[in-house]
Amino acid sequence: MSTPDRSGELLVIAERVVAMAKPGEQVEAYVSRGLSTEVRVYEGEVEHFVSAQSEGIGIRVIKDGRTGTSYCGTLDPSQIAEVLAEARDNLGYGEPDEWSGLAQPDGVAVVPQSLWDDSLENTSTARKIELAKLLEKLTLAGDSRVRVDDSNYSDAFGEAAVATTTGIRVAGRENGCYLSVGTLADDGDETQTGFGFAVGRNVDELDLERAAREAVDRATRLLGATKPESRRITVVLDPFVTAQFLGIIGGTLNGESVVKGRSLFANRIGDVVANPLLTLVDDPTNPLAYTATDIDGEGLAARRNALIQDGVLQKFVQSSYSARRMGVAPTGNGLRGGYGGSPSAGCLALQIVPGLRSQAEIVAGIDDGILIQQVQGLHSGVNAVSGDFSTGAAGLLIKNGTVGAPVREFTIASTLQKMLLDIAEVGGDLEWLPMSATGVSLVIHDVTMSGA
Amino acid sequence: MIDNDILERVLAEGLRTGADFAEVFASDWRGTGVGLDDGKIEQLSTGRNRGAGIRVIAGDTTGFAHTADLSEAGLMAAARVAAEAARQGGGGTKVIALTTQPSRIVSPIKIDPSTIGKAAKVDLLRRVDDAARSAGGAISQVSAGYSDGRTRIVIANSDGLVAHDERVRTLLRVSAVANGDAGMQTGFDSLGHTMGFELFDKVQVEDVARAAAGRALTKLKARPAPSGSLPVVIKAGSGGVLFHEACGHGLEADLVAKGASVYKGKVGELVASPLVTLVDDGTMTHEWGAIAIDDEGHPSQYNVLIENGILTDYMWDYLRARNEGRPQSGNGRRQSYKDLPMVRMTNTYVLNGEENPDDIIKDTPNGVYVAHLGGGSVNTATGDFVFGMTEAYLIENGEITEPLREGNLIGNGPQVLRDIDRLGNDFAMGNPGTCGKDGQGVPVGDGQPTLRVKSMTIGGTAS
Repeated sequence: MSTPDRSGELLVIAERVVAMAKPGEQVEAYVSRGLSTEVRVYEGEVEHFVSAQSEGIGIRVIKDGRTGTSYCGTLDPSQIAEVLAEARDNLGYGEPDEWSGLAQPDGVAVVPQSLWDDSLENTSTARKIELAKLLEKLTLAGDSRVRVDDSNYSDAFGEAAVATTTGIRVAGRENGCYLSVGTLADDGDETQTGFGFAVGRNVDELDLERAAREAVDRATRLLGATKPESRRITVVLDPFVTAQFLGIIGGTLNGESVVKGRSLFANRIGDVVANPLLTLVDDPTNPLAYTATDIDGEGLAARRNALIQDGVLQKFVQSSYSARRMGVAPTGNGLRGGYGGSPSAGCLALQIVPGLRSQAEIVAGIDDGILIQQVQGLHSGVNAVSGDFSTGAAGLLIKNGTVGAPVREFTIASTLQKMLLDIAEVGGDLEWLPMSATGVSLVIHDVTMSGA
Repeated sequence: MIDNDILERVLAEGLRTGADFAEVFASDWRGTGVGLDDGKIEQLSTGRNRGAGIRVIAGDTTGFAHTADLSEAGLMAAARVAAEAARQGGGGTKVIALTTQPSRIVSPIKIDPSTIGKAAKVDLLRRVDDAARSAGGAISQVSAGYSDGRTRIVIANSDGLVAHDERVRTLLRVSAVANGDAGMQTGFDSLGHTMGFELFDKVQVEDVARAAAGRALTKLKARPAPSGSLPVVIKAGSGGVLFHEACGHGLEADLVAKGASVYKGKVGELVASPLVTLVDDGTMTHEWGAIAIDDEGHPSQYNVLIENGILTDYMWDYLRARNEGRPQSGNGRRQSYKDLPMVRMTNTYVLNGEENPDDIIKDTPNGVYVAHLGGGSVNTATGDFVFGMTEAYLIENGEITEPLREGNLIGNGPQVLRDIDRLGNDFAMGNPGTCGKDGQGVPVGDGQPTLRVKSMTIGGTAS
């Protein structure tokens, strides 16, 4: 959320709901509205063009420690009255929880972000279609073995407001655009796939050449890949893979998991949990982060939180609920999945403090290793409670300091606890990716590779 | 929800810019969700989402717009946006006469969950919490969710079709944490059917709770899974996701048409062990992926995809079937009125073989027995897929022995299908699933009898 929405209309709707609170009730209204466009191009023609509008309201009512919620996908006033009545009725079925409650303004100053660009609104439909067509063309021109599965342009405009009886009153809006291309590379009977993307607040920020180059490279570099022999090995995670890995680590550094007995790292504040090379911060106030924001989903100021400093665990990210229950200060990490969901604790913009060397310099120092360029099945093979880590992977073998033969259809496995301690180097090649974590080359020793 | 004469005018508006097909998909969903965690009912939530998506096709271009406003004015505005997006020049007027399809019931509902008091839903979760915690002193945490939803649907298109449907689904999910000397372990189980609240007359929620808790407790004693290639025996009703990933997605006609499937051009060829007959069946009463009609109004079907190892057909939606000049197969599905339909699976399963499942284990000197699988994913162009094992054991000298910690299995779809060398006679359906494709999730089911794959790569850490 950023600067108030143009008309302040959503905040007015939210405040109107909050004004209906009865004595003893805490009431929160979250109101949102969005517009989006999606163009898909295939073989030079528009395959589909989607124009989407959505709006909705979610209401939470808390009384005597009991919580009830209700939501609906319209801002029609008669429906809103029904949503409030439903939320009130629903709280009768919740059980009292002494820590229940809405966020309280905590005086932390908002770091303003510019999340809105007027020029995107004035971009013509023809220009959007042209960009998707151009990306397809550039990608096809990159390599004769490459086909394009789909080339897409999309943009989104969103506004949201939160008001509570505890004095939260915030509204903001955000927009952005995104290009992506999916590729297939053929060599005889074999086919491999790749993708490329570009993001921006306006279409002039979109780097099509880079998106096309990466889509070609990702698909062609795995042609001829074989299945490697099983062994223990040093892995170098590509920045894109590291960002996915950090997302999982971030999920374990969560105050809600701690209070509910599901965190690997409960009672470990102040302990060495990672190699001293690792410093991990969650910093949505850094404007370079794709998920930069100024206000969290509960209406508190977003802020910089160091989670692991030189390998030592510093703090967990908190929602207002988990902060209250742990008896710590809020961290501004209430995350919200739209009007239908309640806020929960989560990382907003993870960043790893980069080291010094490039990926090439790092690889040059490795005798026997593997560069992991893609992973598959993180959702099915990683357990953030037990720490078991196992994922499908593909990449390039490293022999005597140079990258060589492509390999695929294998897994890499360890545990999250061990991997953090086995970090051997953090690269200097920081990349700001369209994800809630940054990427950097990361070297991890003693990972089990399972293949043939 | 919307009168036929309004639908006719909206469809005509969709065709005004010269398109050759227009469609209205309107839905009205109401649902209830209850969450329990940490011993408490955290909250009860109710919601409603309704709206309509309008699709207009002109040549190879599809225009799509959706609206939450189901008034005639709201629908007409969305139709104009969709028509503009698919503009093909020309134009003109076309009169559409709709014929309402007789309604079809695949999963009869006895007790609409919306008629059941909220207290009864809360009570189910209290029973779950008690049963899971009583399963063993090491159970340290339990979370559970109940949800139900009822969706009314109207689909009309410019070919004159109007179809109505009403879908009721009820779901219970339980996840437990067990705490032991070697750290925490988790166990999960779920129960979901296209059925009303009578589901809980047929199945005791305590059984679901005990299954989840049992998995967590078993793994407290687990050793790291092996690393490398071994024979894998998959328990009946736990490995349907293997077929969903190993070949199901690759048999979706939209992926085949773009050459993004390893099964392109393979109809009539032997693509699997002759033991394998694979079916996608939207008509399977009460199963999680059951539908009376698909989201384009076409009746669901029983489609044989692979028969005795030979690829017989792909799955089809309106657009892909039209392009090929062949009938649809009832596989055009979408997540909601906000989404375009695509080719999707329904209930995908392997028919029974002939063997006693115990013999399959007995004849496996060394391997892994997978009793419960988590999610999976596939790259349809290469056929490489993974899935997670959430309850597994070693097989030593033909006997199931020690439990294993979690990990992914990885394989190549066409290779794994050929490597199925034993098939049991104990068919069972698995847990309810949500299949994701291109950002849309739809409910699906899967099932299979006990089977053995000659060799798969197990992604553990033990050498």
